[in-house]
Amino acid sequence: MTTPEILLRGSGLTRRWGGVLAVDNVSISLRRGAVHAVIGTNGAGKSTLINLLSGEIEPSAGRVELNGVDVTRWRQPRRARAGLGRSYQRTTLFPGLTVLENCRLAAQALQPRPWLWWQDARRCEESLQAARYALLRSGLDGQDQQIAGELSHGQQRQLEIALCLATRPDVLLLDEPLAGMGAEETRRMLDLLNELKADHAILLVEHDMDAVFRIADEITVMVNGTVIASDTPQAIRSHAAVREAYLGED
Amino acid sequence: MRATSVPQTVFTVVVFVALAGYAFVGGSFGLDLITKIMIYAIFALSLELIAGGVGLVSFGHAAYFGIGAYAAVLLTPKDGAASLVLLLPAAVCAAALYALAVGALSLRTRGVYFIMVTLAFAQMAYYVAHDTPLGGGTDGIYLTQKPAIGEALNLNQPVMIYGFTLVVLAAVFLFLALLNRSRFGHALAGIRVNEQRMRAMSYSTFGYKLAAFTLSGAIAGFAGFLFAVKDGFVNPELMSWHLSGAVLVMVILGGLGHLRGALIGAFAFVLLQEFFKSEAIFGALAKHWHLGLGLAIIVSVTLLPNGLVGLPAEIKRHLAGTPRDNT
Ligand SMILES: Nc1ncnc2c1ncn2[C@@H]1O[C@H](COP(=O)(O)OP(=O)(O)OP(=O)(O)O)[C@@H](O)[C@H]1O
Ligand SMILES: [Mg+2]
Repeated sequence: MTTPEILLRGSGLTRRWGGVLAVDNVSISLRRGAVHAVIGTNGAGKSTLINLLSGEIEPSAGRVELNGVDVTRWRQPRRARAGLGRSYQRTTLFPGLTVLENCRLAAQALQPRPWLWWQDARRCEESLQAARYALLRSGLDGQDQQIAGELSHGQQRQLEIALCLATRPDVLLLDEPLAGMGAEETRRMLDLLNELKADHAILLVEHDMDAVFRIADEITVMVNGTVIASDTPQAIRSHAAVREAYLGED
Repeated sequence: MRATSVPQTVFTVVVFVALAGYAFVGGSFGLDLITKIMIYAIFALSLELIAGGVGLVSFGHAAYFGIGAYAAVLLTPKDGAASLVLLLPAAVCAAALYALAVGALSLRTRGVYFIMVTLAFAQMAYYVAHDTPLGGGTDGIYLTQKPAIGEALNLNQPVMIYGFTLVVLAAVFLFLALLNRSRFGHALAGIRVNEQRMRAMSYSTFGYKLAAFTLSGAIAGFAGFLFAVKDGFVNPELMSWHLSGAVLVMVILGGLGHLRGALIGAFAFVLLQEFFKSEAIFGALAKHWHLGLGLAIIVSVTLLPNGLVGLPAEIKRHLAGTPRDNT
């Protein structure tokens, strides 16, 4: 294996909420072709880390590089245009729209000249194509005319991923995509992530340890905002501090 | 983003055909009243664009209406009529510019804060009109010469103003209907539902909101311009929060989130107002018309939470006997 390209790098990221250090001097790199899992107890700062990397919130200190470019001062939409896609821990879709419309709205963001007011959005071929592609990859192509709000929980989580894919990102930051899923849905989602891994850099925040150890190439463990270990799954499994602080109950 | 059904389109077309027909049969009182209603309908459409379209409740929209009206008067030379071709764009631009400034400063706030900030900026405009020599004070200013395009369009006759207003109303309605189904309109609707997700999907939502707000101000200014030309007179009431509130009531009464709602709401509001003001019907009580109007609005909004556009669905529901799902 040649040295895989680092697509996203966060260094020394810190974020305070009042007195709480939600994320404390965290550094992390995401490579194309790899799943980097971030695990940690509730409130460890995992979602905050994703928010810092995606630009949803500003860091108190630290820096974010996307494809080697310093994007720390870029706001979220600009980072998204540069290839950063993210999903949310709590499903945030457009529940009144069909599955296809959800994805078309996402894909439409990349199309130039949105102010051409006489053009029908539904006839924008480029966005429809990108939307269909996203649905195909996320395995929702059979559901494209269903109303998003009426999908099963598992399918809504899939649509979360499809919305990311519709903007054709290189980096995917996924916040607990498996939360609340049954065994079968989990298996399908893991297959999907395995497929996506080939051409994306993926950060996976997840509580399901079986899933994490099955899919991750690298695992970062957070406790109270700090990283206590970052290594291969094998090394993490036998890491004393991790076992004590986090896997201890097993 | 909302799909329009065939009956809805038929309804809108029938309304516009009826309005066109009325130009040939209406007397001067009727023409004047319907012109006023159509101007309010344009005004209500401007608010619907951001309140219904993006979910931004502006409580200061009278400012843009008033600026359009005052610009029409103040930019008309003392000694003759202004050219409509110049005066109209100038008035619309003046309103749009103020909306651009207000939007730039207010669109980072949300909910009740947005309401307060838009109100505060409208009050500033109101005081400029009310308390400075520029605005002519409480008495207002007269428009001595109505704008014209040569001999072709002379806005002195009621029927000409009626026709011109109708054409503008139809054009604005059609423009907004197309805008709603365009990518821009879909993005606005997306922002209304889930701005956070829109930003994650790479939409610079602030730019979209500012564009919509400015456009809304421009359309409100257009309505104000027509109002000044129709009445030949402006006063600070045109920028008052009463009018900002009234136009919001029109939009809600008609049905927030529907272009037809703005149209229906403007008609319902003004006709109810005329009804309760009528001394022939209410005699001495007519001077308490605010009370009647207020009660009528409360009853309507209680019975029809989705506005008057929801009436057919509500009737169907009653006939079928299904309970309303309270959302
Ligand atoms: N908007 C906010 N304002 C104040 N404090 C916040 C905010 N968001 C997060 N926090 C705090 O920051 C810390 C980290 O929260 P975060 O949501 O990142 O944890 P997490 O690891 O994602 O937890 P979970 O597993 O429950 O999702 C918590 O103490 C939380 O209370
Ligand atoms: Mg979280």
